[in-house]
Amino acid sequence: MDFYIQQVLNALQVGSVYALIALGYTMVYGILTMINFAHGDIFMVSSYIAFFFSTLLLSLALDLHPILVLIATMLTAMFGTALLAVVIERLAYKPLRTAPRISAVITALGVGLFLENFMVAFKPVGPAPRFMPSLIPAVNYTIGVVTVSTIQIVIIVVSALVMLLLDAIVRRTMVGMAMRAISSDKFIVPLMGIPVDRIISITFALGASIAAVGGTLYGMAYTLDPYMGIRIGWWAFISAVVGGIGNIRGAMIGAFILGFVEIFTPVFLPSTYRDFVAFSLLLVLLIFRPTGILGRPITQKV
Amino acid sequence: MKTFLRRWWLPLVLLAVFPLTIVLPQTGIINPYIDLVLKYIGINIILTISLNLVNGYMGEFSVGHAGFMAIGAYVASIMTVWVFPRNLGPYIFPLALIAGGIAAGIAGLGIAFPSFRTRGDYLAIVTLAFNMIVKSVLENIEPIGGPRGFMGMDKLSSLTWVFVWVVITIFLARNFVFSKFGRGVFSIREDEIASGLVGVNTRQVKVLTFIFSAFLAGIAGGLFAHQLQFINPRSFTILKSTDMLVMVYLGGIGSLGGSILGATIFTLVMEGLRTVLQLIGISQEWRLVVAPLLLILLMIFRPKGIMGLREFRFLIPHKERPEDLAEYRKKVLATPED
Repeated sequence: MDFYIQQVLNALQVGSVYALIALGYTMVYGILTMINFAHGDIFMVSSYIAFFFSTLLLSLALDLHPILVLIATMLTAMFGTALLAVVIERLAYKPLRTAPRISAVITALGVGLFLENFMVAFKPVGPAPRFMPSLIPAVNYTIGVVTVSTIQIVIIVVSALVMLLLDAIVRRTMVGMAMRAISSDKFIVPLMGIPVDRIISITFALGASIAAVGGTLYGMAYTLDPYMGIRIGWWAFISAVVGGIGNIRGAMIGAFILGFVEIFTPVFLPSTYRDFVAFSLLLVLLIFRPTGILGRPITQKV
Repeated sequence: MKTFLRRWWLPLVLLAVFPLTIVLPQTGIINPYIDLVLKYIGINIILTISLNLVNGYMGEFSVGHAGFMAIGAYVASIMTVWVFPRNLGPYIFPLALIAGGIAAGIAGLGIAFPSFRTRGDYLAIVTLAFNMIVKSVLENIEPIGGPRGFMGMDKLSSLTWVFVWVVITIFLARNFVFSKFGRGVFSIREDEIASGLVGVNTRQVKVLTFIFSAFLAGIAGGLFAHQLQFINPRSFTILKSTDMLVMVYLGGIGSLGGSILGATIFTLVMEGLRTVLQLIGISQEWRLVVAPLLLILLMIFRPKGIMGLREFRFLIPHKERPEDLAEYRKKVLATPED
């Protein structure tokens, strides 16, 4: 039993990271009905920004408080990644907004591969795995039978805060209202004086900066390499689909389901079967309930 | 004589080239490197036609064709290494390839069913997931090497075999797309619901096109495996599928000539880059940056590709060519041209 409680905690940790990335997929889908396959790689880039910035900051020996370093790293990663996402959106996706949807999907795949291969070829990054310097001291607390590390607490708490914040932005602000308006009707919205292009850019920036929070947190717990965006991105994407792509709360639910799949698959099967289980889940779901848990069915009009 | 040549020049040329593919590599006029590049061009032509059938002609969307290729490669390799007697290898090689193609075709059948319910980007996800699952399954089957890969194949993919299979592929694909059935494939691209309403059995068309396309990808996989003599699951990732997409969209959707052009140009550019990067002293890793960049630029500036929806005259069956069609009508049907 202790083992399972411990694993639930691990599942929450992994699920939180997936949730932060899944939100980016689902927001862009909600507003553009486009699958931004490059999102996982944007997450990867954010981890590297966090890695380089925190290494730089710690090498200056300013003797800052760890929390301050963490916040500074996170904000830098968020800003840098948001900028990257907006540039990608303007250069690669915007020209295709009126093209068939497939063109945009292929372009997104191309952008993702470009980011991966660029990072491999780019000398300061390279293909070798990297370890982020420890931003906060790792202390293990034992509560009863369960061991919790500070890193785990930070990951879960920060992710929960970010998700609440995002939910508030989408539900309570003008920008959020504009986003929801665009996702419900693309053609009427510009007539209401809503700057569609700007809202789309904001959506991309918002999604990317949430992924950057995930990227920084992920870097604190795991190793970085240029291809990590593929696996994490895919798992996050499956989360978004499981929850119902386009639905923000669905993405969070889906991410925790996938977190549990990831942690509990090795309990029953060899751990190499994880991808197989996750993708089979995706395939079965797409065949039987393509709209996910919370998604609304799309009716095709002739 | 003139009409005879007009009718038969293409088969005659192919017949003339056939012995050359045996003689030239043996006498060393084609050195091993050029031989290799030519084979890759051939394999890529088959792959491109295979993907073009689904993405270009039918307008469905597969991004997981590397999965079919992987199945073909593994099944064909298992056939030549474990099942067929070794000394018969070169003669029985086509059977191994066909076995690989059939296995891939069965997988294609499996992928066709989700395409009844979902289209566009959801089908893209299904095929991508399929690609991932194939890779993941292959990595978990220990007897065929798991993540380490499978080896021990003889180098059976000679230039001759690749040439023969390219010709067969183009011939089959041409007859496929210009058949009555092929019209159904086109009509699904234009409007699936409308084509169903005018009596096209869209399910049947989709199933058969997916099977045929997967079969060709499997053949290409078998040829690829017996050229490299070593395969592992990592050879068949999304990266490979993306290469195929680049070739299709470079050459042109819905065009056999485009597929040939796209595969040839892409292979030559990638090989050329190898030399260029070496000459100017830049790391070879930058080569992998080019294909995705090319794909993005193509999608933005010329999404239909070089030949988009057009065809070389020599790839159109005689009865379908406008002037021949008119003649045919006059002679056989005796109906006035409208």
